[in-house]
Amino acid sequence: MNSSRIGNHTIKIESPAYLSYSGVVAGPKEGLGPLTGDYDGVKEDLEMGEKSFEKSERRLMEDACSIALSKGNLGKGDIDYFIAGDLLNQITVSGFCALEHPVPFLGIYGACANLTQGLGLGAMFIAGGYGSRVLVATSSHNCSAERQYRYPTEYGFQKPGWAQWTVTGAGAAVITSEVKAPRITTVTWGEAVDSGIKDASSLGSAMAPAAAAAMLFHFQELQIDPQYYDLIVTGDLGQYGMQLARELMERRNYQLQGNYTDCGTLIYYPHQQVGAGGSGCASSALVTLGNIYRRLNEGELNKVLVVATGALHSPTSCFQGDSIPAVAHAVSIENE
Amino acid sequence: MEYLLAFVVGGLFCVVGQLLFDLTSWTPGHVLTAFTVAGGLLGGVGWYDKLIEFAGAGASLPISSFGNALVNGAMSEAAANGVIGVLTGMFELTSTGVTAAIIFGFLAAVVFSPRG
Repeated sequence: MNSSRIGNHTIKIESPAYLSYSGVVAGPKEGLGPLTGDYDGVKEDLEMGEKSFEKSERRLMEDACSIALSKGNLGKGDIDYFIAGDLLNQITVSGFCALEHPVPFLGIYGACANLTQGLGLGAMFIAGGYGSRVLVATSSHNCSAERQYRYPTEYGFQKPGWAQWTVTGAGAAVITSEVKAPRITTVTWGEAVDSGIKDASSLGSAMAPAAAAAMLFHFQELQIDPQYYDLIVTGDLGQYGMQLARELMERRNYQLQGNYTDCGTLIYYPHQQVGAGGSGCASSALVTLGNIYRRLNEGELNKVLVVATGALHSPTSCFQGDSIPAVAHAVSIENE
Repeated sequence: MEYLLAFVVGGLFCVVGQLLFDLTSWTPGHVLTAFTVAGGLLGGVGWYDKLIEFAGAGASLPISSFGNALVNGAMSEAAANGVIGVLTGMFELTSTGVTAAIIFGFLAAVVFSPRG
C-alpha cells in the first residue's frame, strides 16, 4: 500500500487535484438569502418552466453542470468522469442528467453528504492518475424532497420549529489535474453512525454525531487542531445540530470556535422562516461551491474543511420504526 | 351566543390537535385517525350528538364528527337490519361528505394541476 492513506479514514491527495471550476444555481427563496451574490444563477420560480418538480430539479443540476463546464470552455464530452448524486429515489435526477454527458457516469448516494463524497472520489480519481478532469454534481429541490420524504406540498403540513428547510439548488464542480485553483488536499471518509433518533424532522440532531465522528477522525489521523483551518463547515446540521456537533467535539477536547459554522445556517435570513436552517444536498453545495469557493479564490480563506452530512433513512424505514443512520465525509480545500 | 359557543368549542378541538402535534411525535395521519376514532367512540355512547346540539358547527365541522357519523350510520342500520347493517350503514350518513371530497378533489386537480 502506498502511504497516501493515513489512519483508517483519511487519504492525502498527493498529486494536485484542483477545484478548477464551479457552477451554482439556486432556487427563488435561496436567491433572496444573504449569499445570493455568490450564485451563478437564481431561478425565478420553483417550476422553472418544467412540468414536474423532479424535472425542475434536473434543470437545476444540468444548468449547474453547464455553467461549471463553460467557465473552463469545456464541452460535455471534455471530461473523463461524471460523478453525481441527489436525494430522489434511485437518484433519477443524476441519472437523467448523465444522459447529457457522453462520458463514464458514477451515481453516488450519501444523501446530503453527496457533495463531499463526490469531491473526495473525484480527487482520488485525479490523484490516482485515472483521469484528468472529473465533473461532480449534486442537487436538491424543496418540493420534490417534500413529496418524497414528507407530504404533498399542497397539503400544507405544519412543521415543528426544529425541522429544517430543504434547499432548492444545485452545485457542480470540475476537478482537474492541470488548471490551478484551490486544491483538494485530504479526504476523510466517515463511518455510518446510528444515534438512535427516529424523528425524521430532527435530521440535524441525527447527523451531528456522524459529523463529529468524521471531524474527529480527520483531526486525530492528521494530528492537527481545528485551529489549523480558517473555516470548518458542516453541510446541513442546522442551528441545533451545529450546537450538538460542537458539544460532541468539546467532549473529545476539540474546541470548535468562531471558525466553525454550518452551511444550513448561512443560506437564509431569519425572517425567511426555515426553522432550524437549510438542509439537502444543495445546502453544502451552494455554500461551498458558491460563497466559500469565491473566498478561497480571493484569498480571504486559505484552508477550509467541508464536512457534508447525510441522513441515510427512507420514508419506508421511518414508517417501519427504524432509527436514522447518518454519515459524513470531510474534504479539505486549500490554497497552494 | 351560538356563534360564540361554536367558535370556542371548535377552537378547543384545534387546541387538542395542536397539543398533539407539539407534545408528541405523532404525524398528521395519527392525529387525523385519532380524532376520527375518538368521535366514533363518543358517538357510540351517544355523547357526540349532544355536543353538536350544544356547540353546532363547532362540533360538527371537525373530523371527529365524521367518526361520529360513521358510527351512527352503522348503528342505526344495524338496529334495523341486524349485523349486516354495520356494513351497509357505515357510509349511510357520510356518503355526501365522501362523494363531495372525491368530486371537489377531482375538480380542483383538473383546474389547478397540482405538482406536489
